[in-house]
Amino acid sequence: MSGLVMPEPKADLIARRTEIIAALRTIVPGEGVIDSETEMRPFESDGVTAYRQLPLAVVLPSTTEQVSKVLAYCNANGLPVVPRGAGTSLSGGALPLADGILLGMGKFNRILDIDFANRAVVAQPGVTNLGITTAVAHEGFYYAPDPSSQIACTIGGNVGENSGGVHCLKYGLTTNNVLGVEMVLITGEIVRIGGKHLDSGGLDLLGMVVGSEGLLGVVTEVTVRILKKPETARAVLVGFPSSEAAGACVAAIIAAGIIPGGMEMMDRMMIHAAEAFVNVGYPLDVEALLIVELDGPEAEVNHLIERVAEIAGGLGCLTLRASTSEEERVAFWAGRKAAFPAVGRISPDYLCMDGTIPRKALPQVLTRMEEMSEKYGLKCGNVFHAGDGNLHPLICYDANQPGELEKAEAFGADILLLCVEVGGVLTGEHGVGVEKRDLMPSMFDETDLAHQQRLKCVFDPDALLNPGKVFPVLHRCAELGRMHVSAGKLPFPDIPRF
Amino acid sequence: MTEASTGDRLCPRDEADIVEAVRWAVAQARTLDVAGSRSKAGLGRPIQTDLTLELKGLTGVTLYEPEELVLSAKAGTPVAEIEATIAASSQMMAFEPMDYGPLFGRPAGLGTLGGVMACNLAGPRRPSAGAARDHALGLRAVSGRGEAFKAGGRVVKNVTGYDLPRGLAGSHGTLAAFTELTIKVLPRPETVETLLVLGLDAGAAAGAMSAATGSYYDVSGAAHLPAEVAARVPAVAGSGQSVTALRLEGVLPSILHRRGKLEEMLRASGTLAHLEAADSRAFWQAVRDVAPFALPEGGDAESAPAVWRVSVAPMAGPGIGAALTQASARCFYDWAGGLVWIEMPDGAPHTALVRGAVAAAGGGHATLVRAPRATRAAEEVFQPLDPVTAMLVKRMKDGFDPGRVLSPGRMYAGM
Repeated sequence: MSGLVMPEPKADLIARRTEIIAALRTIVPGEGVIDSETEMRPFESDGVTAYRQLPLAVVLPSTTEQVSKVLAYCNANGLPVVPRGAGTSLSGGALPLADGILLGMGKFNRILDIDFANRAVVAQPGVTNLGITTAVAHEGFYYAPDPSSQIACTIGGNVGENSGGVHCLKYGLTTNNVLGVEMVLITGEIVRIGGKHLDSGGLDLLGMVVGSEGLLGVVTEVTVRILKKPETARAVLVGFPSSEAAGACVAAIIAAGIIPGGMEMMDRMMIHAAEAFVNVGYPLDVEALLIVELDGPEAEVNHLIERVAEIAGGLGCLTLRASTSEEERVAFWAGRKAAFPAVGRISPDYLCMDGTIPRKALPQVLTRMEEMSEKYGLKCGNVFHAGDGNLHPLICYDANQPGELEKAEAFGADILLLCVEVGGVLTGEHGVGVEKRDLMPSMFDETDLAHQQRLKCVFDPDALLNPGKVFPVLHRCAELGRMHVSAGKLPFPDIPRF
Repeated sequence: MTEASTGDRLCPRDEADIVEAVRWAVAQARTLDVAGSRSKAGLGRPIQTDLTLELKGLTGVTLYEPEELVLSAKAGTPVAEIEATIAASSQMMAFEPMDYGPLFGRPAGLGTLGGVMACNLAGPRRPSAGAARDHALGLRAVSGRGEAFKAGGRVVKNVTGYDLPRGLAGSHGTLAAFTELTIKVLPRPETVETLLVLGLDAGAAAGAMSAATGSYYDVSGAAHLPAEVAARVPAVAGSGQSVTALRLEGVLPSILHRRGKLEEMLRASGTLAHLEAADSRAFWQAVRDVAPFALPEGGDAESAPAVWRVSVAPMAGPGIGAALTQASARCFYDWAGGLVWIEMPDGAPHTALVRGAVAAAGGGHATLVRAPRATRAAEEVFQPLDPVTAMLVKRMKDGFDPGRVLSPGRMYAGM
């Protein structure tokens, strides 16, 4: 592990390991509790493989009742809990703790209710993102958020991370597509929030839970809305001589009132890496490539494709191809979707960053990133959810070269700080986790973070759920609850009163 | 969002004024009713506070970048001003915030952006485009601790830290006074038409709306007005029958194509008609603002029939209406059946009947939107909470407003 500092493991918990495992086995019998080093090894990290830690034990419950009893036990014994779905987190959100259990939700893998009339699906949290779409595809429906890991990642993990995907400019993130959850609190209490109806009529607890990175509770059931798959989807592949020109094209498309289903940008390095990997005919003599996908009723898509082509032509694009068949559309996307493995072929290791910027800052950010690339001596390619300004720089390094991981991490941190500097944010869809935890003060001051932590205190006052994630310093709830009251003798002499 | 408070109005000019006012209230154990323009006064439980903290002096759009789809404005900025600003760039607040004013006998167009977020408003586009919560990107606010804080950001895609902008939507001023809000804005559709199916009962209408909203044809509004309610909406009053309305928005060639397809789908179910753009806009505004149950300007909400707002699964909507026939309730349905607006003509709110119907529908929530003060003081106005949720809500209040300074009791007694 690099310089990452996690909460100090409690020696007394580690000393009680045998007793704890025996107690957990009375709740989750059979193979539901894993304690051998070999069998725990696959759980030691998530998608951020640079960070690894074996937990005290891995617990794999299969009923809500078991989750409830496990959490109540952990609460009574001060035992930390790290919830985990498929372990595809790109921010270290499911990194285990040496003195805590890893609560794997993989056995919650059933779809409980498919309700086409109300356009809703009720699923257990271990169902994969794509599994929901697969279950409703025969009636022409789908679940809209589509993170790149959708074959593997689970809907429970999506709720934890508020996952996005290439279609979220038009169809929203997870939070906009979740209708309800059943959740177990650290006390073991079970609460249902939302359902097949819309909104809460009161405080939006659901909105607080989605994206809370496993720090508030363990989700045991999720209700999502499903949508009819668009009648038609067509994509345009447009090459530009500069990223500025490509960025101008994106702005012009949106200013023309068009919200594409997906709008992706790749830089020269990524175009070449992807083309070498999947060979789909990307133009190699351009600096930036846009994939613009229009979806909806056929008449509308054909109309909008023409308008996008006109806009791109007017802004000096070098190449332009509109897909004329479903095979061709899929081929356009194949390179983009293979971007990460394509980089894996040209570099032994890479870090995938995830900041969002106001789109107009793109040229400035790309220029500064080139300078950083020179400074650190590490190559960096860029894929960009151009519609919503979500940037994914891929920093290439070699973990076998001493010091390169640390250099790559420092480069990544500089990129994220740059995102904040230009008015953006540290993470658009991957979450804070451990990866961006220590950068949080660049976006939020003490008071801002204290108000976020008060939400944490509502659900988990003893900070047993996923400690060490999201917050650089987790204050004690009693300390946060204290109010510093000034005398306030002369009430606001200056404020106008009526 | 307030109604007649006993105390003076305090009109802060900026965030620093609000911090000062809240700190004073905390120190002196006084209470503040957080209010915007009072367009929604009468919504929620009636409360008495020492002072009203009126935010309508905090106005102005502070950032608007159409190509970035982002707008920031001070909390007291009128919604009408924001809509006019973004309309000039052919954009809109896609969640179509309803205007509560006319339902309480007040003029239209008074609402503020802070009020929109505090009440998590939405209109007929809610099922496809979301509510205010879905468009909240960032905020600045002063909590009941007298501390100014920010949350979220100014970009459309952000998962950095807890989603307080969403979490505080719908808090009715009980956790924090918003000072500035950042929202996502979207392109306005070029034009609009509405396909009407006449003469359906509510059950058949729910089926037709489910089929239409589950089709390829991008229906951005689906409402059903029984004949006696349709008679109160000028754009469709002439039909003399119940009206099931399906809104189609976008570019004209697409609308005509989709209308044709939907007509094929629904021809067998009832008589078809359609509304052109101007009538469509008038009709959907009437649905959005609950015009069939609105009062004339200056009308007295104290003596008007009670109005409920109920959210259930779309197919469960007609069951709510059926369960209320014994109370002679008048209902109409938005959100493809999932949003039921109910008027109780006999003066009683029939709370047990409404809550029982929501429970029988498989869950949802019912809010007593309009009723005399005494009724709203005696009944639970918002959906009653189960014990675990009530504990979470209480702890939210403890964390954000431990001194019970900000609009205490507006949503729940003692909170």
